[in-house]
Amino acid sequence: MTTAADHIDPAARAEALASLLIERGLVDEAVMDNFIKTYEQSVGPMNGAKVVARAWTDPEYRGRLLADGTAAIAELGFKGPQGEHIVVLENTPDTHHVVVCTLCSCYPWPVLGLPPSWYKDPSYRSRIVREPRAVLAEFGLELGEDVAIRVFDSSSEVRYMVLPRRPAGTEGLSEEELAALVTRDAMVGVAEVAAP
Amino acid sequence: MGGRQGFGHVLPLTAAPPFAEPWEGKAFALALLSIRAAGANTPAFRYALERVPPGDYLASYYHRWLIASQIMLADSGVLSAEQVAARAARMTGADQEEPEAPELHKPQMPSGGPGNLRTVDTPPAFAVGDRVRTADLHARGHTRLPGYVRRRTGTVTAIRPAAIFPDSAALFEGENPQHCYAVEFDSRELWGAGAEPFRLSIDLYEPYLERVT
Repeated sequence: MTTAADHIDPAARAEALASLLIERGLVDEAVMDNFIKTYEQSVGPMNGAKVVARAWTDPEYRGRLLADGTAAIAELGFKGPQGEHIVVLENTPDTHHVVVCTLCSCYPWPVLGLPPSWYKDPSYRSRIVREPRAVLAEFGLELGEDVAIRVFDSSSEVRYMVLPRRPAGTEGLSEEELAALVTRDAMVGVAEVAAP
Repeated sequence: MGGRQGFGHVLPLTAAPPFAEPWEGKAFALALLSIRAAGANTPAFRYALERVPPGDYLASYYHRWLIASQIMLADSGVLSAEQVAARAARMTGADQEEPEAPELHKPQMPSGGPGNLRTVDTPPAFAVGDRVRTADLHARGHTRLPGYVRRRTGTVTAIRPAAIFPDSAALFEGENPQHCYAVEFDSRELWGAGAEPFRLSIDLYEPYLERVT
């Protein structure tokens, strides 16, 4: 298979590009470090988990979230690049939603952060649109034959987040305790939220 | 990638930090800043990703972001590949002369909305419930009409916000905003009678669609 002719290793390529762009005044080192820190520390699935926990405990919020995901998510302070238009897909006992980007790795950054390896891998990107039930089973999610599957391929500027089902036996939990149960994988639709 | 075969078992659902190594974080930030430097043109970056040599593309996610940044910067005349190679060699102590920077030829992309969302003055050609067929497009450049939904019939289920047309913007030909629709397909329309039963929804720009009468 064809590879780049220059054989520069990734770390060296990053240093060379950074050095040239900084020299040209196109990249500010502090801005670069700030981007890295932001996505390492403050933007991640803990944001989406708060959205889910609010939707589970506040029916009016849930209604707003399903009607206009972007606005309802912004109510909790989450917005930014790759979140300009977010549609929330609600899983029910009858219908299970799962999200992919077959063309690249589009993902709702403000609520889920940067995508995990499995989401970016060709195995997931190629197969989930062709045999979702088999792929979900490989991940450990066995859906009943009566559950309809809907796959969403993020091919435009719209980003998708799944609102997973609230697990049984969590009636007494606070919003904060509920948020701690919600996983990234459940908000992409490859897992369910497990009861505590 | 949709529908391609041979990639095997999916990876485990492990929790890991976003960047496995420090250079990956740098690659991520450099890509975002390179996109800015090349006119805030995310379709141009996605098109560059599609031109990363296949071996590199499959080998490493963030290395392909670096190579794509380099391709996009070369497209817009910000930096040449030769400059990057020479700088990398110099940084390891080689006595390498550096070529001059190329000439900028980046058309300015006007910024008319948050990210790539725009408004379109003409009304949408299709409505929710319309049956549509995807065009037989074989773009020479970039497109967001994946091969696996080409020449297939589905139903419009939602009108999405209009956005800049990736096929035009990726080539620095301007924003050319278009209406966009969620189109739903039955799995058997995509993969034949023996397919697992499910429905697939994908967002498609108006020029990709024809009405089924």
